[in-house]
Amino acid sequence: MASITKSEHKSYGMGLHDEVLTGRTQQTFFNPEENENFFYHDAYKVDFNKRTVIDVEKLQCLELNKKIKELMKRGYGTIVLKNPGAKHSLGVGILQKLNLIVEGSLGYFGVGSIDGPVVRISGRVGWSCAENMMSGKVVIEKNAGSCFGAAIRGGDLICKGSVGARSGIDMKGGTIIIGGDAGAFTGFMMQRGRIIICGDVGPNLGDSLYDGTIFVGGSIKSLGADAVEAEMTDLDVNWLKRKLKVAEIDKKIDFSKMTKIVSGKKLWNYDNLEPSERKGAI
Amino acid sequence: MCGIAGIIHRGKSTNVGGEMQKMLQSLKHRGPDSTGYALYGSGKSKDYILRFKVGENVGEGSSAIMEDVSLYDLRKEEVNKKIEEAGGKILKEEQITAYSFRYIISCNDDLLDLAKKIETVEMTEILSLGKSLELIKDLGDAKVVADQYSLNNFMGTHGIGHTRMATESGVDIRSAHPYWAYPFSDVAVVHNGQLTNYWNNRRALERKGMRFMSSCDSELIAVYLANKIRDGKDLEDAMNSSLLDLDGVFTYMVATKDKLGMAKDHMAAKPMVLYESDELVVLASEEVAIRSLLPHEIDTYDPYEGEVKVWQA
Repeated sequence: MASITKSEHKSYGMGLHDEVLTGRTQQTFFNPEENENFFYHDAYKVDFNKRTVIDVEKLQCLELNKKIKELMKRGYGTIVLKNPGAKHSLGVGILQKLNLIVEGSLGYFGVGSIDGPVVRISGRVGWSCAENMMSGKVVIEKNAGSCFGAAIRGGDLICKGSVGARSGIDMKGGTIIIGGDAGAFTGFMMQRGRIIICGDVGPNLGDSLYDGTIFVGGSIKSLGADAVEAEMTDLDVNWLKRKLKVAEIDKKIDFSKMTKIVSGKKLWNYDNLEPSERKGAI
Repeated sequence: MCGIAGIIHRGKSTNVGGEMQKMLQSLKHRGPDSTGYALYGSGKSKDYILRFKVGENVGEGSSAIMEDVSLYDLRKEEVNKKIEEAGGKILKEEQITAYSFRYIISCNDDLLDLAKKIETVEMTEILSLGKSLELIKDLGDAKVVADQYSLNNFMGTHGIGHTRMATESGVDIRSAHPYWAYPFSDVAVVHNGQLTNYWNNRRALERKGMRFMSSCDSELIAVYLANKIRDGKDLEDAMNSSLLDLDGVFTYMVATKDKLGMAKDHMAAKPMVLYESDELVVLASEEVAIRSLLPHEIDTYDPYEGEVKVWQA
C-alpha cells in the first residue's frame, strides 16, 4: 500500500481528481501515509492469528456486539460467528481492523457502520447490509436484500449473488460489486463511488444520481432520471478487471462491452456551497 | 410495519399449524397487536368449514367496545337459524372462545347467499368459509393465538399468516389479517404495506356489490382479487392486474385451496425473502422466520419489483 504514489493512481488518469467540485462536495483523497486513515485513536491492538469462535444461537444482537468488542480488547484479530440465524444488526460498529467470519446468514443492518474490518459472510444478508460503511471489505457469498450498501462512504462491498432494490442508495464513496442481478432504483441518489453489476439490473437505474459511476454487465430495464450512458475507456476496463479479481468474482465478462452510467448533471436541485460560502454570496 | 409469512408443501401434508406458529412468533417484533392464520387442511370433505365470530376480543390493548357476553349466545342462535334458512345443515358445532366459533356445515354452493344471510346478524363476521381453509385471527402474538385456538398440531399442506402492527385502523379482530376473499371459498390474503388509492378502489368495488367488513386497506386486496376471480380471471392474472390497479407500497400473499402466491409492488419497498426447494416453498418478511424452520445452510433470495409468483401444493 505504501508503495503507491500519487502519480501512479489510475484514478488521476480517469479524471476523477479533476472534477469541478467546491464546498462540501469537495473530495479529500485517501493518503496511504496517514495512519489516521486506518485506526481510530481508541482502536485495540489485535493479532490476526489469535482466533476465536462465538456461537450466536442463544445471543441477542447487543450481547454479540459487546462480545466482539470485548474480544478485540483482548487482542483477538479473527472472530468466527456460528449460527447467526439471520438475526438483525450483528457485527455493527466495528471501527478497526478485524477479520470477521460469519458462517451463515445475517438479517437486517448486518455489519452496519463499520470502518476497517474484513468481513466474510457465507450465507445471505438482509436489508441494508453494511449501511454507512467507511472502509474495509465485506464479501457475501450468496444473495443480499434491498438497500445493500446504503450510504456507504468507502471500502469494498461485494455480493457474489444477486441483490434487491435500491442498492447503493445515497452512497458517498467506496465500491459496491454485485456478481448477479440487481433490483429497481440501484444507485438511487448516489453521490460518489462506483457500483459494478455483473448481471442484469431493474428499472430506474441511477435515478437522480448526483455523481459516481455505475457499470452494468447485463441488460438494464430502464434508466432513472438524469442517469446517462457514458463511453467506456481503457482505464475503466483495466480498473474493472482489477477490481473483480480482488472481489474474487470469477465470471467471464467482456469488460469493454459493459455499460457505463453516470450523472447527466441536469437535475441538481441543490447547491454545493458550504453554508458559510452561501452567506458570503448573499 | 407488519410481518407476513407463508409455507407450502408440495404434495405433502404436515404440521403446518406448528410451522406457521414458529415463523410468526419470530416476526413478533414486526407486529405485536394481533396475529392471524389461514391454514389449509386436506380439503377432501364435501362439507364446508365455517369460522365466524359474533363479537370482539375486548381484552387488554383492544380498541373494541365492551359488550355483554350473553349477547354472544343469542347471536350464535341467530346464526344457526340463518344457516337453516339458507338451506344449510350444521353437522358439527365448536365454540372456541366466547365470541368465536367453528362449524362444519353442509350446504349448496351458493356461498354468497349463505354468507349474506349469516352476516345480517349483528356484529357477526364470517372469517372463512371453505372446504380446506380455516382462518383464525385474534389479539396477541402467534403463540397466544395458536394456543387459544389449538393450532399447534394443525395438519395441512399450506398456510399464510400475519403479525399486525395497527397503523391506520383499530386493534381488533375485524382489522386483523388474513382476510377471506368473500364470498369465494378457500381464498385468503395477508398484506404488508399501505395502499394509497384505497377509497377509489373500495368505492368502485362496492358499486359492484362487493362487501367490506373493515376500514383496513389490506381487506381491499382480498376483495379486489375476489372481484377479478368472479370476473373469470385466474389467480395469477388477478394478481398481475393488482400490481397495475393498486397504488402504494405493498407485498402480499394469497392462498387458495391448492395454491400459494405472492406479489410485490413496482417500488419493491416492502420486504420478502424466499426459499424454494423441490419439497416446499417458504416465504416471509424476514429471513429470521425462515430460519426458525430451516436452520441449516439454504439459499434464500428477495423477489424483485413487480414480481408475481404462484406455487402449487
